[in-house]
Amino acid sequence: MPNNDSRSPEHYVAPLDETPLLVIDKVDENAKPSNLWLDAWRSLRHSPIFWISSSMILFILFVGLFPFLFTNEPPNNKCDLDNSNGGPEAGHPFGFTKLGCDVFARVVYGAQPSLTVGITATLLVVIVGVILGALAGFYGGFFDTIISRVGDMFFAIPVVLGAIVLMQTLSGTRNALTVALILSIFAWPQVARITRGAVLSAKNSDYVTASIALGVTRFRVLMRHVLPNSLAPVIVVATVSLGTFIVAEATLSYLGVGLPSSVMSWGNDISQAQSSIRTAPQTLLYPAGALSLTVLSFLMLGDVVRDALDPKARAR
Amino acid sequence: MTQESSHTMNATTAPTTGRPLLEVTDLEVSFHTQNGIVNAVRGVSFSLNAGESLAIVGESGSGKSTSATAIIDLLPGTGKVTGGSIRLDGTELVGISRAEMEAIRGSQIGYVPQDPMSNLNPVWNIGFQVMETLLANGIAKSRKEAEAKAIQVLQDAGLPDAGKRLRQYPHQFSGGMRQRALIGIGLSSQPKLLIADEPTSALDVTVQRVILDHLNTLTRELGTSVIFITHDLGLAAERAEKLVVMYRGQVVESGPSREILANPLHPYTQRLVAAAPSLASRRMQAVKSHENVAIAAPTAALDLTLIERAEQREEAATAASPIISLRDVTKQYKIRTGGFKTELFTAVDKVSFDVHPGTTTAIVGESGSGKSTIAKMVLKLEDVTAGNVLVDGTDVTAIRSAKDVLAFRRRVQPVFQDPYGTLDPLYNIAQTIAEPLVVHGVGTAKERTARVRELLDQVSLPVSTMSRYPNELSGGQRQRIAVARALALKPDVLVLDEAVSALDVLVQGQILNLLTELQSEMGLSYLFITHDLAVVRLVADSVCVMKSGQIVESATTDEVFDSPREQYTKDLLAAIPGAGIELGA
Repeated sequence: MPNNDSRSPEHYVAPLDETPLLVIDKVDENAKPSNLWLDAWRSLRHSPIFWISSSMILFILFVGLFPFLFTNEPPNNKCDLDNSNGGPEAGHPFGFTKLGCDVFARVVYGAQPSLTVGITATLLVVIVGVILGALAGFYGGFFDTIISRVGDMFFAIPVVLGAIVLMQTLSGTRNALTVALILSIFAWPQVARITRGAVLSAKNSDYVTASIALGVTRFRVLMRHVLPNSLAPVIVVATVSLGTFIVAEATLSYLGVGLPSSVMSWGNDISQAQSSIRTAPQTLLYPAGALSLTVLSFLMLGDVVRDALDPKARAR
Repeated sequence: MTQESSHTMNATTAPTTGRPLLEVTDLEVSFHTQNGIVNAVRGVSFSLNAGESLAIVGESGSGKSTSATAIIDLLPGTGKVTGGSIRLDGTELVGISRAEMEAIRGSQIGYVPQDPMSNLNPVWNIGFQVMETLLANGIAKSRKEAEAKAIQVLQDAGLPDAGKRLRQYPHQFSGGMRQRALIGIGLSSQPKLLIADEPTSALDVTVQRVILDHLNTLTRELGTSVIFITHDLGLAAERAEKLVVMYRGQVVESGPSREILANPLHPYTQRLVAAAPSLASRRMQAVKSHENVAIAAPTAALDLTLIERAEQREEAATAASPIISLRDVTKQYKIRTGGFKTELFTAVDKVSFDVHPGTTTAIVGESGSGKSTIAKMVLKLEDVTAGNVLVDGTDVTAIRSAKDVLAFRRRVQPVFQDPYGTLDPLYNIAQTIAEPLVVHGVGTAKERTARVRELLDQVSLPVSTMSRYPNELSGGQRQRIAVARALALKPDVLVLDEAVSALDVLVQGQILNLLTELQSEMGLSYLFITHDLAVVRLVADSVCVMKSGQIVESATTDEVFDSPREQYTKDLLAAIPGAGIELGA
């Protein structure tokens, strides 16, 4: 240990064996390879919330794809008014609706339209939002002004309000796809804004300038360097908004302007349950519970993914 | 200089009773991180007498700032002093309560932070911020008294018209003025000790010199002891009597500055002394004028070759026609002045110079001088407003067809300043270096891989780097990759825009060495943009000095250093840290 009495400014030198010199700027060849996505994955892998939410999402997707594996009750055929608002009994664990249909079967079959709306709307929003946002951010100028202002106009209209108004006019052709389409018309500006911001910051990086100086065309720079580096925040928003689209679909169906009542969806079930909430709470409880769990899973996933993709938010 | 320092020495002996003002013994600081506890500072000891100045020198991550901030208990994040003692005037500072430390901060120990741009609160005027300090430390009792004192403080800090300046906001101050205000705040309560953490590294060199001179005068008048934290050995030796050299959290060498410079004993200090461009350039100057040099001759092979090569430069006569030639090049930008009005701003004003094949031309200037704009125009990343940029006789502005642009890109390649922004974080190193080959359709996939290996070898990186991503590499390594990428297409010209400015001295030396080696092997021509004249001395054949968009002086490196014609060039030369170091017996 240094034990210099520097009261007199003596020339102190540390023993070399205590302060060994390293090779200047040596590459650590043993270090684990890493990049943004690998680091994010490492952080996710240790997060219990990630495993809980993603396994719940996988389970719900599975139910939505193969509902017949979970119930042998064809949902609408066997409604028996004798069972109206009946409680749980053998083979019918969730009880019956007012029309005497099996609640469990309806919840299982209701997953499909809800997920279809959520996933389709998210895909549409991401595709439209990313394309428009990236073009606006990257090319700027007139193009940016047009896209941003149009986006602002849509942004000012609440999604559900806009959807209610448009769905009214589509009374004949309501289905999962039209609901998703209408929702995405009003939701794309959020993704476009986020993409635009990320693209703006990425396009001023030196690696972009370096690529242009290498002779890479502007479009290729956008596709190969700028966009991949701008996607992280979009993924986060997409996961979260998938949950909110499912809620929006339920809201529209509840208000009677979403999916037609012939389609089994959680929103329709909740809507139909309102007349018998007091006598048969199970008719409301189970579809609403399924809806909440699904939305919660997506929100939780979005939350952990955001933390994993943001190195600053990650625990140091 | 010598007279001044002996004067300070005499002044210090008077009040002390043999006890140093500050005594740091076996200081240990550690940080909690994701990967466990990191010991950032290990067993650091140094002491400082009243009125003395001490410089802690080291590379980034050496623990120099951590040691200094530990003294005033301003350690960032999870940092904690885990051992040792810090005594100020006999009082132990380790483990005292927050209230006690707050009483010491400001009144007994002043602090001047690194970045003048972010260390003043933009929503309060300067006067408020100075008065806040005065009131907090009990220097002034009433607002009125505080205001009068604040004016005094700013005046002492060298800000003219201080009464009016009180009402101004930080954005109305230049960087140098802000740093003056911060120094004024730091010294306002006449502390016994002032800690200056890289006080001028964010400022232009000429401003840096004036500020440091002023700081020197102020602290000498007040008898304040100063601790400088710096990465620049030249600056440290010039400004402080004592040096503490830190390496990886430990003190490797400490003692009187001149002695350490003249006779560095630890191999690390020897490396540092050899690699510091400011010292190397001073050394070369001294050799030329046959001065008796007291600074140690370079020991590391690295720097020896660099200097030898630099000395041989004059022999490389430049007869061939220029590869790059600028003729009255002007660049104007439209800047919005509010509303729909725009104003023309001339960033580059009728600039002419030549770069000869196989040589290095440096463009030196302070921030805003237009030097980077020239780089962008030569790279055809910015349009030229007037004049001609000729590359091998072809006017760059006339190159229009995609095919011709591509051919041009092949010949002129850039390396940028920021090693962290220059590589796409999502591309691994092999993909990064191969990108130019893919874009220009050079070779098959197999040939490209072979070329990547060859390039990595040329920039002295192991082949295993190919599968790594940029965030796994250090700044110097990233800069090597950037050089490799630039060389992939075998260009004639590299435009190096502050390419080594962000690197630590030793790494900087390595990269400069690499660049000179590559130049002699491949006959490359460099356009070297920098603010650092000391580096220019080491690598350039000719120099253009720029000021506000114009070239004020343009000559060979030797001419510029030996007999500068313009006052501005002389100022720049005088501002190289270490230039004031007395050489000789």
